[in-house]
Amino acid sequence: MNHDNYDDNYIRSILNGVKSIAMVGASPVNVRPSYFAFKYLAQRGYDMIPVNPGHVGKSLLGKPFVASLWDIGRPVDMIDIFRNSSHIMPVVDEALTLSPPPKVIWMQLGARDDAAAEKAEAAGLKVVMNRCPKIEYGRLSSEISWMGVNSRTLSSKRAPIPTQGMRLSLNRMSVGGGATAASDRAAKNKSEPT
Amino acid sequence: MTDRLPGFSTLAVHAGAQPDPTTGARVTPIYQTTSFVFNDADHAASLFGLQAFGNIYTRIGNPTTAVLEERIAALEGGTAALAVASGHAAQVVVLQQLLMPGDEFIAARKLYGGSINQFTHAFKSFGWNVAWADPDDIASFERAVTPRTKGIFIESIANPAGSITDIEAIAEVARKAGVPLIVDNTLATPYLIRPIDHGADIVVHSLTKFLGGHGNSLGGIIVDAGTFDWSKDNKYPMLNEPRPEYHGIRIQETFGNFAFAIACRVLGLRDLGPALSPFNAFMILTGIETLPLRMQKHCENAKAVAEFLAGHPAVASVNYSGLASDKYNKLARKYAPKGAGAVFTFSLRGGYDAGVSLVSNLQLFSHLANVGDTRSLVIHPASTTHSQLDDEAKVRSGAAPDVVRLSIGIEDKEDLIADLEQALSV
Repeated sequence: MNHDNYDDNYIRSILNGVKSIAMVGASPVNVRPSYFAFKYLAQRGYDMIPVNPGHVGKSLLGKPFVASLWDIGRPVDMIDIFRNSSHIMPVVDEALTLSPPPKVIWMQLGARDDAAAEKAEAAGLKVVMNRCPKIEYGRLSSEISWMGVNSRTLSSKRAPIPTQGMRLSLNRMSVGGGATAASDRAAKNKSEPT
Repeated sequence: MTDRLPGFSTLAVHAGAQPDPTTGARVTPIYQTTSFVFNDADHAASLFGLQAFGNIYTRIGNPTTAVLEERIAALEGGTAALAVASGHAAQVVVLQQLLMPGDEFIAARKLYGGSINQFTHAFKSFGWNVAWADPDDIASFERAVTPRTKGIFIESIANPAGSITDIEAIAEVARKAGVPLIVDNTLATPYLIRPIDHGADIVVHSLTKFLGGHGNSLGGIIVDAGTFDWSKDNKYPMLNEPRPEYHGIRIQETFGNFAFAIACRVLGLRDLGPALSPFNAFMILTGIETLPLRMQKHCENAKAVAEFLAGHPAVASVNYSGLASDKYNKLARKYAPKGAGAVFTFSLRGGYDAGVSLVSNLQLFSHLANVGDTRSLVIHPASTTHSQLDDEAKVRSGAAPDVVRLSIGIEDKEDLIADLEQALSV
């Protein structure tokens, strides 16, 4: 696996495939990158689990913090590690003791540990290093294009209509009753033969 | 399917644009609105806190403008871009992220006259000091580096004489100095030269010229190459220190390899205010769709006109790097193999008076202060764009009193040559 340069399809398959993500090092402080990423991924429908021993007893956007991966108590698809490169290996070692093990180890922007990656890959896990899942999700969906970022994707297809399959709101403000005054008059004239 | 890198012309038409989800409109709509409604209070707070992608207010971002930004980022091979109101605005916003009062940047002496003025006079009042270097003497850039140097600024194809700058050699100086290389790529456009491929960290443009291409809309843009490590040596507090205007966010840590473009948007454009009109963004986007075709024709015409002038008895010299005899031809072959651009100068044996007479006798060429239009343009730099320089600086920047500058359009070249021929023979 070339960890300097990932094929988009590799990242796409991971983000399309995983449903639950444990974020190690998630912060409740709302200006930290981990908070941004946690909130964004939760809003995109991922089952997010904040892992941070310093915040047990609190919750992040309604999800209770756990102290370690062992405390999650259910299978998890991906471990997103928001720690410096020097703290990666113990997290990977812990992840590999889980049963079943996670499918993906993801190291955040700026974090890279090639030895830990090799170990995880030898155990059959997929690894991404030095990337942010929020940025990659935003890029591949082209949502990040709002910020002038080069998504490196093209499409000639109409994006899905936001309202398709949803109940439309009927709660719009009405203007002066139902029909127009002229049509009211016309209806009245019709019902009152001369 | 592995990732396929589309060709330049495909990107020029498609990058950044997608049929509108609401209406199905194929051409990018003009979102002529100042503001965008939030979904709810939480959404609003997320946008203001830079936690969500989305639109707030057109001074900070606009969906039409965003298409332009992504398209040029793709054409230049950058990670992100930020469009602003003019090329001059792009320069202010870039340098505001890099320099604190008392800091310096190094600039090539051969630059658009307006940039020389901006750097010399306007920036002085911000406490930003410019040190000049000679793009034909790479060592002069090395000598200009000091501990307060925060960036190096050059033009890829330099105004007014169309000379070619050795981008790779100056990129090496910047790398050794630990500062970003900023390249103004206006006269080349990414079709002829992609400075990021040669080591540039930031690319700026006046979109008003060849990119828009039709002389109808002002604009500027900043492209982030995603190559520079802003955290090194803690020289760049705008990118690397907690920002009080965003509750302590560190821009590089949060946005990675497009942090510079984000800093330009949320610290520069938001607070300085030179936003591009969505209508102008639309006009420029439409222009870019035909950029490859236009640049081919511009370059073909420019070469033919330069060859004609080089053989004319009234002409003393022609400065066009596309001519085999030109001093910059070797650099042109290396950096701009598809063509040497369409802006160049020549001087007349009759000196200043002959130049003035030529300009007034031309009938197809328009006498005005712009370049990169579909129409062919002519100007006498010494009395206009470079008039505020002293005589020595005029000569050094390629705008000596006997020099006439042409910007060759996409008309039929035979008609352009005929117009010059009649004007020179009057």
